Amino acid sequence: MVSMTGDFKIILIPLLPLLSFLLLGIFGRKYLRGSSGLIGTLSLLSSTLLSFSVACNYFFVSGKVNGVFQQLVVLKQTWLEFSPGVTIDMGFLVDPISVMMIVIVTFISLMVHIYSLGYMKGEERFATYYAFLSLFTFSMLGLVLSSNIFQIYIFWELVGVSSYLLIGFYFDRQSAVAAAKKAFIVTRFADLGFLIGILVLSFGAETLDFKTLIDRLTTSTPQLQSMITTSFLGVSSLTWGLLLVFAGGAGKSAMFPLHIWLPDAMEGPTPVSALIHAATMVVAGVYLVARLFPVFAISVPGALHVVGYVGALSALFAAVIACTQTDIKRVLAYSTMSQIGYMMFALGVSGYGGEHGLGYMASMFHLFTHAMFKALLFLGAGAVIHYVHSNEMVDMGGLRSKMPVTHLTFLIACLAISGIPPFAGFFSKEEILTAAFENNKLIYGVALFTSGLTAFYMFRLYFSIFWKKDFHSDHHGEGPWTMKLPLLLLGVLAVIAGFAPFSHYVTSDGKGLETAVNVSFSVAPVLFAITGILIAMQLYKSENAVPDKIAGAFGSFYTWTLHKFYIDELYLFVTKKLIFNLVGRPSAWIDRNIVDGGVNLSADLTEDTSSLIRSWQSGNLQQYAVWFFAAIIGVVVIFMLIWK
Amino acid sequence: MFYVLAAFILGSGLLAVTSRKLFRSAIYLLFSLIGIAGLYFWMDYEFIAAVQIVVYVGGIVVLIIFSIFLTHHVGSEMESPDRMRAGFAALAAFFAFVFCSLVICKNEFAVPAQAPMPLTVERIGTQMLSLTDHGYILPFEVVSMLLLAAMIGCIVIAMKQPEKTS
Amino acid sequence: MEITLNHVLFLSTALFFVGVYGFLTRRNVITMLMSVELLLNSVNINFIAFNKYLYADKLDGVFFTLFLIAIAAAEAAVAIAIIINIYRNYNSIDVDDVDSLKW
Repeated sequence: MVSMTGDFKIILIPLLPLLSFLLLGIFGRKYLRGSSGLIGTLSLLSSTLLSFSVACNYFFVSGKVNGVFQQLVVLKQTWLEFSPGVTIDMGFLVDPISVMMIVIVTFISLMVHIYSLGYMKGEERFATYYAFLSLFTFSMLGLVLSSNIFQIYIFWELVGVSSYLLIGFYFDRQSAVAAAKKAFIVTRFADLGFLIGILVLSFGAETLDFKTLIDRLTTSTPQLQSMITTSFLGVSSLTWGLLLVFAGGAGKSAMFPLHIWLPDAMEGPTPVSALIHAATMVVAGVYLVARLFPVFAISVPGALHVVGYVGALSALFAAVIACTQTDIKRVLAYSTMSQIGYMMFALGVSGYGGEHGLGYMASMFHLFTHAMFKALLFLGAGAVIHYVHSNEMVDMGGLRSKMPVTHLTFLIACLAISGIPPFAGFFSKEEILTAAFENNKLIYGVALFTSGLTAFYMFRLYFSIFWKKDFHSDHHGEGPWTMKLPLLLLGVLAVIAGFAPFSHYVTSDGKGLETAVNVSFSVAPVLFAITGILIAMQLYKSENAVPDKIAGAFGSFYTWTLHKFYIDELYLFVTKKLIFNLVGRPSAWIDRNIVDGGVNLSADLTEDTSSLIRSWQSGNLQQYAVWFFAAIIGVVVIFMLIWK
Repeated sequence: MFYVLAAFILGSGLLAVTSRKLFRSAIYLLFSLIGIAGLYFWMDYEFIAAVQIVVYVGGIVVLIIFSIFLTHHVGSEMESPDRMRAGFAALAAFFAFVFCSLVICKNEFAVPAQAPMPLTVERIGTQMLSLTDHGYILPFEVVSMLLLAAMIGCIVIAMKQPEKTS
Repeated sequence: MEITLNHVLFLSTALFFVGVYGFLTRRNVITMLMSVELLLNSVNINFIAFNKYLYADKLDGVFFTLFLIAIAAAEAAVAIAIIINIYRNYNSIDVDDVDSLKW
């Protein structure tokens, strides 16, 4: 059954990148090499404009009914019916967070497309790159617009595939191939939990549709009762379902301990990191929890605690590691993990409805602003790498005079991420800290300390790139205008985005929320941030030996942190020593000897039997005659004597 | 009289299948066939005896002798058969013979009621070509077709392949 | 002593099995053909005997015999043609040498 209500421009929004992917994928290599960048960018531009118009329409004109933002389902098409009520309907869901996400995804993707026109110029597989970018944009848009939990899983996997293709874009590099495999396998492993969670939830609620699922599991219905009462190992099936779904989200969002793929994923081209690993794919997990938030908050608050602690732990963990890394992209990767941890625990400390839903609102707000400044940071890092031809901080320094635009925008982004007013990050972080303070003082403390660390390592990065020493001047200039324009646009947004009245539009229950800046509360985090900046300035503004001395003072803790707490080695140990030897080898032995052996045995038996009776076919006429004669006599004897 | 004929037939038959020289074997076959013709004469079936002599003796044996000349070095001896095979075949044939004789002896053949009829060539001819109840016109025609087919077949099989000139 | 049907049948059976022995034993293709002729002749004797002793007023046995003689002649002719062909291809008329159709 197909039904369409509301704004159906929304159908075009994912469709245009899909068409561009097909066009560039099939014809790009041979025919469209030169213009593929333009085709990709133009299709994204139209998608962006459409999404802006849809957002304007939704938020300002027609979305609200009685003061509450509605969840609309535009276009619902029954695809696969398991039983009446449990069907996979493909559809587009329009509600505040999905509209916000399509705006973010299309806009950041557009910036990345424009940037790549300059960054990837001269690349031989130019058209393929743009095709993959379009595929990714399509999958991400499909993910956020899904109205059905199975559909979101389909697009989830598609996003994983696109990210694999993009991370492994330079496939002639061993490290890139390994990183792509790692990303795909780790997220796939998490998606196993996601799938089981989907099955548990949909079986319990007897539906796959988001709206119906949330309604059934948040109000007192027989499905909810049965889900709460059936328990497995002491935990109710509803909790299992939600935790498993969260596990899938944690894998995609690089939460501890499934974070190992994110630093390695920096092997991909830098614009790809900006798009995927800063602004869009990694927030898919946060989006998923936000989508199912009513069930989390109303029916299973315990699961929400788990979400909160995992998020807070990831935030702290990543911030500590980021202080010691020397590859600038890795620093940014860990910073992403930390900020997503912030978003997760903001959801974790949130309640549902009105004032209680502050954490939800703050998390979404932080998602919005983080997309801006993190993409800006990555694109700036890309410009720096493009100029210096190296990723390591030791090769950089004193670039502020050589790359003025990059320097300015990078500084703005660092200030934003540190939470310095009046930049964007300040407002969203403040909301998060308020929500945490009200609900869980421990998480608040962790968050406060982490924001200090954030400021420290970001400015360590900034000073090391732009101040530390004088750079031996080199050949070329900063980069073409296609690389500078996105930086400028994002820089402007990083400044003003904080002032958007976000809480009026995106809240946990659809009603608007009034928030105000609490000055006395904000003093503490800002002070922490400024302290961090000052320490970083002291240590890194000019070249000296103090950082190494401090690192020596920390001793083995520093070594542990530098090696990322050996989590990668732990995973390798488990897989290589345990799984390969205990499961892989016996299975291979069984396959070779028992399965193949059985087949070979039957072949050998046939061969032996046939060589035994081979001599009957001797070609000798008289032998045949003998047997013929004998048979006739035998038949005659039988008929005459036995069968009367 | 019958016993003489029977001994003659069987004796030459045995010699035909055991002789080591090919040509002698053919001659023994000839004697055996003549003996059978004699048996037909003794049974008052002159016509059949005549046909036997004309076709078998005068046709087939002559044909066999021609083929012997075409394919064999007449003077030399043939190898004797494999001992085991000969013994086994003799044993099998003997046992089968005993079995069949027993069956024949046990059976009671009904004595005919009608009187025998003289066998003239005229009767044979008219009966064979009649269309009524005991007529054998159809097998007659079929056999003539068979003979035609056999003739053509022989020519084709034994034809020398034309030499390919290229 | 009167010669009954059984005597004649005994004769024809003996001739038949002499032919069978010859067919299974002889190595030369032409002698195998001669054994086959013996077989056919024994059957002829059978037919004639039955005609004479049991169905003296009918002529069916005679006809069978006539046709059988004709067919035997045709078959002998075809066999000779095949033998000539075998001799051409294998240069031997030993039946043990014609064993190409084996494993």
